[in-house]
Amino acid sequence: MVSAVFHGPFEAPTPSASAPAAAPATSKSIAANDPTTPGSMQKDLKIGANSAALAPAFDWRGATRDISAAVLPPVMGLALLVGLWAIVSIVTKGSIPSPADTWKQALDVFADPFYRKGPNDQGVGWNVLMSLERVAVGFGLAALVGIPAGFAIGRFDFLSRMFNPLISLLRPVSPLAWLPIGLLVFKGANPAAIWTIFICSIWPMIINTAVGVQRVPQDYMNVARVLNLSEWKILTKILFPSVLPYMLTGVRLAVGTAWLVIVAAEMLTGGVGIGFWVWDEWNNLNVKNIIIAIFVIGIVGLILEYALVKIATAFTFEEVKS
Amino acid sequence: MSDSLTTKFIEISGVEQTFKTRKGLFPALRDIHLTVAKGEFVALIGHSGCGKSTLLNLIAGLTTPTAGVLLCANREIAGPGPERAVVFQNHSLLPWLTCYENVYLAVERVFGAGSKTVGAPSENKAQLKARTDAALALVGLSAAAQKRPGEISGGMKQRVGIARALSMEPKVLLMDEPFGALDALTRAKLQDELLKIVARTNSTVVMVTHDVDEAVLLSDRIVMMTNGPAATIGEVLSVPIERPRNRVALAEDPVYVHCRKQVLDFLYTRQAHVEPQAA
Repeated sequence: MVSAVFHGPFEAPTPSASAPAAAPATSKSIAANDPTTPGSMQKDLKIGANSAALAPAFDWRGATRDISAAVLPPVMGLALLVGLWAIVSIVTKGSIPSPADTWKQALDVFADPFYRKGPNDQGVGWNVLMSLERVAVGFGLAALVGIPAGFAIGRFDFLSRMFNPLISLLRPVSPLAWLPIGLLVFKGANPAAIWTIFICSIWPMIINTAVGVQRVPQDYMNVARVLNLSEWKILTKILFPSVLPYMLTGVRLAVGTAWLVIVAAEMLTGGVGIGFWVWDEWNNLNVKNIIIAIFVIGIVGLILEYALVKIATAFTFEEVKS
Repeated sequence: MSDSLTTKFIEISGVEQTFKTRKGLFPALRDIHLTVAKGEFVALIGHSGCGKSTLLNLIAGLTTPTAGVLLCANREIAGPGPERAVVFQNHSLLPWLTCYENVYLAVERVFGAGSKTVGAPSENKAQLKARTDAALALVGLSAAAQKRPGEISGGMKQRVGIARALSMEPKVLLMDEPFGALDALTRAKLQDELLKIVARTNSTVVMVTHDVDEAVLLSDRIVMMTNGPAATIGEVLSVPIERPRNRVALAEDPVYVHCRKQVLDFLYTRQAHVEPQAA
């Protein structure tokens, strides 16, 4: 479950390599077929000239192939989803709305995402923003507590043995089980939802940070010992940079879980939020809006994940990856 | 140089090292007695698993012996410290720092504010910078100072490791198979550089190696270790070859050939490596 290797959701493995390899091969074969190439020296020049002259044409072909190879599979995947959805819609005789109807409704919903008509009727934009705000606050508090705690647990064996049983006991508990405790203690829906996010996002951060600290290569620690570095220097020059990729993995997992949990938490607490919106539309029996909400939740989650993967790769050093 | 042995700088007496493993106690080293004089270059050679790195770690203070005493400059070695700088086998540079910053980290610790060196006044930033630049210049890497370890070759990384160790002006330079991971040509080049640096700085060096030529070329004495478990010093060979040494000229030098033959004889005839069973 702990990994410092980052796979972006938009990573396409193969096509980029094949296209540039194919281009020079084609240019060479054309040059060889060219009847006006006399000597070998000139032939070389000719290849250069030919490929330069024909370069735009090859780029076009390569680019189209590149794009189709990159775009076609995901498009087919989406088409499969929409197709299945259409079939289900027909089979259920329209109690699940068809993709086309939902699309029309979506255009309507997104025409004005930021309207306010009273506390229980606000645009989808406000709902998403409110959910993101709760996730940000809950997650931020969890990071403030979890990352230092992870460092301490990873660095000191005593603390590790002290807290490991607690973490093992509490981590499998569904964060929603903490919601009543939050409601009781904080006497409000919003802080209770934030509390739930806090609980669910703290574990990955503690565990990943602690594992990262424990996996700091012994060589680096030996360097620290030979140089007799102060604990502060060890923390800033050795521990923090080498733990950073693990920590960011923890952050990524935490944000992912938080985004999963906020929907459920908001269904229970009410107010404004994407989860509440789903539940409200269910009470209105507006299934189209529920499907729209599912897509919105998915897309926001995807964007969060992508942004965090980008950050994580930027902070991973060559030798930490291996 | 064997006449200078009267000045004991590192003194190892009756050292024994036993590791606790899951299968019980594993005796790695026993009965080690060795002295190293100031300015002497000593190579530790033996088959893999004979505990030469264990012995080096003991001198570095990274581990403490189960029995026996290690002294450096008449003080007991209680832990690692910058006066016994280590060049690690895999260079151990911090990949997030540039070469300059890697060396500066060591320089700052030893000579900068808050250094524990008694009596020495702490130096200002310009002096620390000058020391760092000088150390990088010594290994010929001034141009690569602002590069990160990931951007330079293996040989260059190892040279930064040596620069970091030398920049601390250590009393002893401990090297754990410093060139083991390098190709033969790079290794030869770095050995020659090390010979020059050691001649210039008059360092005391203890080097772990498994390369017979490297041992004979570089050292004043070669400490040959028996096979483990419970390895000990089998034989100590003095290398009476004048310095500066030239590897090409030495290839046919009778003294060199003789020393080389003796080490080979020890390693492959008397201590022919036996694969340990069920290890």
